[in-house]
Amino acid sequence: MRRYFLRKLFIYLLTFVIAVTIDWAIPHLMPGNPVLTLMGRLQIQDPKVAQNVYHHYMRAFNLDLPLWKQYYYFWVSLLHGDLGTSILQFPSSVTSIIVHAVPYTLGLLIPATLLSWYAGNKVGALAARRKVLDNTVLPVAYALTATPYMWLAILLSWTLAVTWKVFPVGFAYDPTAQRAWTWTFVANLLQHWFLPFMSLFLVAFGGWAIGMRNMIIYELESDYAHYLEALGAPQRLVRKYAFRNAVLPQITGLALSLGAVIAGALVTEIVYSYPGLGYQIYRAITNEDYFVIQGIFLFIILGVLIANFLVDIAYLIVDPRTRIGMEGTKA
Amino acid sequence: MSTPQVAPPSVDEIAPLEEPVTAPVQTMGGKREMLHFAVRNRKLVVGLSVTLAMLVFAVVGPFLAHHPPLEYGGKLSWAPTTKDGYWFGTTLLGQDVYAQFVNGLRLAFIVGALGGGIAAGVGMLVGFTAGYRGGVVDEVLNMLTNVVLVIPTFALLLVIAAYLKVRGIMMESVFIGLTSWPWAARALRAQTFSLVSRDFVGMARLSGRNSWQIIFKEIAPNMSSYLFMMFILLFGGAILIAATIDFIGLGPSNTISLGMMMQLSVQNAALQLHLWWWFLPPGLAIMTIVASLYVMNVGLDEVFNPTLREL
Repeated sequence: MRRYFLRKLFIYLLTFVIAVTIDWAIPHLMPGNPVLTLMGRLQIQDPKVAQNVYHHYMRAFNLDLPLWKQYYYFWVSLLHGDLGTSILQFPSSVTSIIVHAVPYTLGLLIPATLLSWYAGNKVGALAARRKVLDNTVLPVAYALTATPYMWLAILLSWTLAVTWKVFPVGFAYDPTAQRAWTWTFVANLLQHWFLPFMSLFLVAFGGWAIGMRNMIIYELESDYAHYLEALGAPQRLVRKYAFRNAVLPQITGLALSLGAVIAGALVTEIVYSYPGLGYQIYRAITNEDYFVIQGIFLFIILGVLIANFLVDIAYLIVDPRTRIGMEGTKA
Repeated sequence: MSTPQVAPPSVDEIAPLEEPVTAPVQTMGGKREMLHFAVRNRKLVVGLSVTLAMLVFAVVGPFLAHHPPLEYGGKLSWAPTTKDGYWFGTTLLGQDVYAQFVNGLRLAFIVGALGGGIAAGVGMLVGFTAGYRGGVVDEVLNMLTNVVLVIPTFALLLVIAAYLKVRGIMMESVFIGLTSWPWAARALRAQTFSLVSRDFVGMARLSGRNSWQIIFKEIAPNMSSYLFMMFILLFGGAILIAATIDFIGLGPSNTISLGMMMQLSVQNAALQLHLWWWFLPPGLAIMTIVASLYVMNVGLDEVFNPTLREL
């Protein structure tokens, strides 16, 4: 057990170090002085101010120091939670921007991921080896999983929000609404939350349904399933056992799919102007606000690593074989 | 190798990762049998024909366009019309949507082929080497695979692309290829492991062939169907990743892709103005291509793997 976790932790730590190094190295590897590029973008007229800003940035980047020291200071400020300052939203720090945006992104991601996983697995298992269901659910699932996240978001927004006005068009809440924890405000939040959530949910749902359907067919064709059938076990029981085995790879898949879902959440937020990380990163990219891009990148890495670790633990709990394999066969 | 901790590699569409490929190299009779099932498999036929139709459209389409994709010349926000060749209408700024669409379609196939090809190449290199060599080489490659697998590569692409001033379709494909190989490598490693201990590989070793000859002449042909299906999935995946990168504003800087069309339409409030001809075609095209690739993949799976065939 210990060895397993140490190994996993080592991988995650290594990943984090590599990610931070990349995050640090990219601005340094790119041709040209990033500060001069930044200065060019700011278009400061007064030479004195320009001089000051230039020195400020040189110090902020620590560009006047030897490389290894720059790298060291990058880590130091990172461990202090200092990710730099936004250029676009000037005095606010990148950390505060992220802190404000994260609840919106997580509020979309977590329900969409978990619910689509659950519903997809259930529906996929139901559809497998049942002709009518298989022929109706499967094509829909394939269409959904092949849909680019932002296009489904565009489609839902255009039909349900713009044309039929069932839901609000964008943002996290009505700008005129009173921001307090009252029922009306919560209802307002939920209304704005529903369409982005639905876009994410539907695309992910397709993938899970297909995955489960394919897994369970393999399980239903395996020896133990045939044996159970030969013993005269009811179909329901055979399917139940098949489902339990088929769900294991789906748990691993949950960790693997995170990157794609996050990418999906980012673009979905852009479509709905939903003020989460995706919206912030989009604004940062269109305005070349590099600290924000780099900060959000690091934050996403950290989130994915933590989520991976949680999935590892879930896998341990669900699959007795991994437990036995690690603790030795006591039984 | 006692690594029970390693969870079974799972990727949505390819299911039988742990199952060793048991079929021997196809003989002539086997090939004919495959063909027999292939032409009768509806999924394969439909998926393949739709993909090919889109490919033909991507190749021929740009020659039929009346205007360069980035030219501002037409009336603003025209609905689709037969006049002046604005078959798909114009954008808010008077650009020819048809020209942009077919241009983007072409780019999608290029990104898919290049990005998917590079990913398949790296995946094969890493997977075969790790599976065949084992030992320390395997440990190191496995660690590399796990690291790239855990990193949200999309975020990585964002950071890299954000710092590039000039971005081309080639660079985008290379980046996608270099970051989307891990699951393929993992799956191939597992398959190679199961084949390495077989007698025919031992025979090949005895006969003095070198490692690469054994890998490509003995091991790879036994999973050729698997390799092909892997490439199809990587191809579709690369198209989707490219669309996402382009949509976030980091697409190629000198041309227009399907993802960029969607980005520009959202940015210019095409939804509120009901310019559906601008934002519907690009996403629909991506969905059609990727879905038909996936469906084709299921069809192929059924052709290659008799237990999956519907009776």
